[in-house]
Amino acid sequence: MKKLMLGNEAIARGAYEAGVRVVSAYPGTPSTEVSECIAKYDEVYAEWAPNEKVACEVAVGVSYAGARSMVCMKHVGVNVAADPMFTAAYTGVNGGMVILAADDPGMHSSQNEQDTRFYARSAHIPMLEPADSAEAKQFTKLAFELSEEYDTPVFVRTTTRLAHSQSFVEEEERKEAPLRPYVKDVSKYTMMPSSAIGRHVAVEARENRLAADVNGFEINREEMRSPELGVICSGVVYEYVREALPEASVLKLGMVYPLAIEKARSFAAKVERLVVVEELEPFIENQLKAHGIACEGKSLFSKQGELSVAVIREKLLGVATEEKKLDLPVRPPVMCAGCPHRGVFYILNKLKLTVSADIGCYTLGAQPPLAAVDTVLCMGASVGIAHGFEKARGREQSAHTVAVIGDSTFIHSGITGLINAVYNKSNITLIILDNSTTGMTGHQQHPATGLTLKQEPAKILDIVALCKTVGCDSVRVVDSYDLAEVEKAVKEEVARDGVSVIVAKRPCALLNRNYPPACTVEDCRKCGMCFRLGCPAIEKQEDGSARINASLCVGCGLCSKVCRFGAIKEGKR
Amino acid sequence: MKANILIVGVGGQGTLLASRVLGALAEIEGADCKLSEVHGMSQRGGSVVTHVKIAPEVMSPIVGVGDADVILAFEELEALRYINYLKKGGTVVVNTQRILPMPVITGARKYPEDVIDSLRASAGKVVALDALAVAEEIGELRSVNVVMLGALAADIGVAFEKIDAALKAAVKPKLYDINRKALKRGYENREEI
Repeated sequence: MKKLMLGNEAIARGAYEAGVRVVSAYPGTPSTEVSECIAKYDEVYAEWAPNEKVACEVAVGVSYAGARSMVCMKHVGVNVAADPMFTAAYTGVNGGMVILAADDPGMHSSQNEQDTRFYARSAHIPMLEPADSAEAKQFTKLAFELSEEYDTPVFVRTTTRLAHSQSFVEEEERKEAPLRPYVKDVSKYTMMPSSAIGRHVAVEARENRLAADVNGFEINREEMRSPELGVICSGVVYEYVREALPEASVLKLGMVYPLAIEKARSFAAKVERLVVVEELEPFIENQLKAHGIACEGKSLFSKQGELSVAVIREKLLGVATEEKKLDLPVRPPVMCAGCPHRGVFYILNKLKLTVSADIGCYTLGAQPPLAAVDTVLCMGASVGIAHGFEKARGREQSAHTVAVIGDSTFIHSGITGLINAVYNKSNITLIILDNSTTGMTGHQQHPATGLTLKQEPAKILDIVALCKTVGCDSVRVVDSYDLAEVEKAVKEEVARDGVSVIVAKRPCALLNRNYPPACTVEDCRKCGMCFRLGCPAIEKQEDGSARINASLCVGCGLCSKVCRFGAIKEGKR
Repeated sequence: MKANILIVGVGGQGTLLASRVLGALAEIEGADCKLSEVHGMSQRGGSVVTHVKIAPEVMSPIVGVGDADVILAFEELEALRYINYLKKGGTVVVNTQRILPMPVITGARKYPEDVIDSLRASAGKVVALDALAVAEEIGELRSVNVVMLGALAADIGVAFEKIDAALKAAVKPKLYDINRKALKRGYENREEI
């Protein structure tokens, strides 16, 4: 039966049909739904790991043990998982292993737009790139076969527009992949110099074999139309090219590494003008040029952001799309009404502290009017950056500096930074914004929530006990809604020598929607204090007074605490 | 059936569900369909856009600038923000609800006064309704999206039975009754202005 499916759902379906036994992942937009979808199949064991490195190691272990495995992550997660990944390319697999890596050109929900295809080349891991949901399913299944055939993990690369688009997919039955025997083989699975030297030879031999075979793969498809213009492309860009240039001949690459060089060479000979249309870096273009195939690419198209039908039309047909410029108020994402992070950032702004923040909903604390964030780099970096500030500028600086991190991100990679700070006699204050979930990616479980990806009960990691155990000098818990308590704790801890942790605890406002009635305003004195909270439910009227939008307010009462005149009343149940 | 529809609104208003109902409609109609959604950061109260393309064969899942037959807007300002996507002579189906963006809340900017006029200047037709008021009457504030969907279906000439069947296929069974009410009210209450 044909069914509309998200690209991510189709990848999960493909893995399911291919007989995948274990999937491990850390959530990250735009890859999260792959794991959420696969968790619904009883035949598949699926888990959230604390980070992508662990998830990748689990998948490698499953593969060595003889079963098919998949690990899923967003592009920046590949950086975290790179260590096991590069050497897993040396060991190769036993059961087929697929690495799903989701790129985010245009940075819809990311801190950079790195091009994961370079990982494929650098680690010598083949990479497939589907164009729609039907291919997402088909290529995922193929990836498992190639993995076992060529004894290597295989990447399936997506981008946001594939991961989060729906198109029709034909469902098929699951085919069980029998457990392969596990045989101890130090020369293959124990990577120390003596054995790795031999495996590097195997990697090169395998890659040479694949680089020859890839020219015959059906997923690299030549579509001859007019010889005037030939386009080489892959992924969702193929769809844009077909819509923008219905007359052009196309070489659609299903495998982007290794490239089908000889196929490209023969395609090039059949067309008068050859253009590589690819998002981000000139990955395909430069390899073609290195092999002496003349083509155009980034001389026409930007390395930044996404491509579109309109851009392709403009650059290759000279047909520009008119776009009127409108000067409208922007609507950036904001912390939700009732968000427990809001009060903490309000205090940090009030105290004019230097704040190293991290990746999650609380990154939004950088936006005005809270505007309380100085730095955001990558998952877990807040702790190391605060420590770096202290080592560079001394105790005077750390007395005015805090690091801020979410519970899920802390477990992902903040904990190692904290151990480093304790070990190296730092004087930093870390605020863990514990909202009992992985918020930004849509409420995934993690080791401190008490539930697994399959929604089964699990042991609960005690974050407070963990911080004490690693040797922090002070660990205290505050209620994120209690502004006075938050302020007192922050002032005391930045003044204290040593490493301090403040756990600001309050579940995400979207988790339990049993809200009290909305707050109300009476006799507003127009002082404007409440607007500094940046709450979407508090609206500034023409006359400067505050109005609370009852359809948005969730009754958290934060505004009643900042109103000096007692004009805002909490809704009573 | 052939239509390029852009659904725009504010994160949390339910553009995803609306697009999934239209996807179910395409399935019922036996047409090809692609949907493109926004997840992650933009969902947190930011401006959101969902693309719906229904045709005998759909290539790109994205509706381009100047390529939308209809813009279905759950919020006035958002309708205007995406007006460049509308085809010449296209239709805007807009909820007259206003949700103030942060620069307006903080007083840095003013909410534009003449949104409907500006829409009318660019669109072939503007259909407006106060979906929040309808949703309030029904007693389910979160049904604004389905009220709007009803108005859209009526405007593009989809029989009520068909959009109703699509709704049934796309929502959880326990939410169907209240949403059907919302759909019907939207289907009957729209007005061209």
